[in-house]
Amino acid sequence: MRVMVMVKATKDSEAGIMPSPELFEAMGKFNEELVNAGIMLTGDGLKPSSQGKRVAFDGPNRTVIDGPFAETRELVAGFWIWEVKDMAEAVEWAKRCPNPMPGPSELEIRPFYEMADFADVITPELAEQEERLRVKLADR
Amino acid sequence: MAATDIHQTIETVFRIERARLIAGLARMLRDVGRAEELAQDALVTALTDWPKTGVPDNPGAWLMAAAKRRAIDGIRRDQMLARKHAEIGRDLEDARDTSVEAIEAALDDDLGDELLGLIFTACHPVLSAEARAALTLRLIGGLTTDEIARAFLSSEATIAQRIVRAKKTLGKARPAFEVPRGTDRRQRLASVLEVIYLIFNEGYAATAGEDLIRPALCAEAQRLGRILAGLMPDEPEVFGLLALMEIQASRLAARVGPDGSAIPLPEQNRARWDGLLIRRGLAALERTEMLGGARGPYALQAALAACHARARRAEETDWHRIAALYDTLQEVTPSPVVDLNRAVAHSMAYGPEAGLALLAEIDAAGRLRGYAPLPAARGDFLFRLGRHADARLAFEQAAALSRNEREKAFLLRRAAACG
Repeated sequence: MRVMVMVKATKDSEAGIMPSPELFEAMGKFNEELVNAGIMLTGDGLKPSSQGKRVAFDGPNRTVIDGPFAETRELVAGFWIWEVKDMAEAVEWAKRCPNPMPGPSELEIRPFYEMADFADVITPELAEQEERLRVKLADR
Repeated sequence: MAATDIHQTIETVFRIERARLIAGLARMLRDVGRAEELAQDALVTALTDWPKTGVPDNPGAWLMAAAKRRAIDGIRRDQMLARKHAEIGRDLEDARDTSVEAIEAALDDDLGDELLGLIFTACHPVLSAEARAALTLRLIGGLTTDEIARAFLSSEATIAQRIVRAKKTLGKARPAFEVPRGTDRRQRLASVLEVIYLIFNEGYAATAGEDLIRPALCAEAQRLGRILAGLMPDEPEVFGLLALMEIQASRLAARVGPDGSAIPLPEQNRARWDGLLIRRGLAALERTEMLGGARGPYALQAALAACHARARRAEETDWHRIAALYDTLQEVTPSPVVDLNRAVAHSMAYGPEAGLALLAEIDAAGRLRGYAPLPAARGDFLFRLGRHADARLAFEQAAALSRNEREKAFLLRRAAACG
């Protein structure tokens, strides 16, 4: 299963404080372990929300809101995408991560939707529609 | 923490550490079977100790130390028995190999590539490809015998026997449990890559509705490929195979219709292709080429897959490049099926006459007789040339040869469409 592991923002990350060389090194080592275990697909860090924007929707209306955003703990400062066997494995790997922030911090693990999750959403009508389209394409 | 929670945690930690643990033990003892037993014993010890002490900071080292203690106890007991049975003379060689001192020394060694050593041992060419696949899934993938049996549509007894026999064969061959160097290396690596791709294809061949363990083999093979790429960052064919698997796997969701039937590549909904896997595949292919491996068989197949992956719509496919890649593939790994695919690629790049000319070469060589895709391709080329009567005959011939009902129906539809 594929999961996104989000590094939650803190006051420090929102202030744009760069990680120490020690943390950089520890994080590099952890990333190497993830790669060698074959579970790391990708990952990146995000700039503070002061450099971000939001587009708010309300019916037909669109409002652009400039960062920074107030609710620091709900913001994301970075992420990985891992391929793991189950959530328990993701949790164990997350526990091995060096604390990504100088102060207390949090990782949040969220599984991706997979094809099987849509089995109930795909109605027989939708399936039939797709099948018709496919036959048409095949006969073209 | 509740007892079940801590047990689940311990089993998950063990699952993460298991392959490395077995690898380290196998390297010391030169015995995969014993290594696997000792690893299992270490898990039992952890399940007793950790609920009291908590999970140690370095669980891998803890498990290794526990297994090592058991190994040394076992050897002392064996040596005593050996002396009792007055077989010291005969066993001296072996005893020296696996003495307590040797194990202690091995432990102090830098065993950074021990997992790699285990992969090479499980994929040793003295074993059949099926045995290598089963042993690799068991030792490195951590699958149970039952899971492997279900994955390969086989019985648990068959797989269990296959694994036991493989371990016995390895016991006799006494491989070094190391990453081979020198002239041996290329052949041994080919043996590893072959097994990983075999596992991948077994998963890829699975159809909808089958046991989920089968499609999971793709993920297992990709994981093995990624591990190998992490441990052998300068080996071009490792990245060639990884690129091939990542790109092929990117289409898994798009290649099966709601009724479970296979959807051919040009008709797949490309929006359902997995962009992350495509990017990873293209990056791996780039690395292969950078390492000078562009002509490797896996790299060439990955490059072919990449041509499709790069095209946003089927019409944008770079058929000239595909035709050129098939020309190279024909030189590197000649086979009649490559010839046929090459003819199709040339027909797409340079027109149906070019395709027909290449089919004539295959005919002249007397190859692929009775192989339905050959007349099917000829029918397609003739149809595109407007020679509808000839095309119909070719499609009917293909339909008569096909053993797949769905394919047969498709070919008959194409024959009927020729008028």
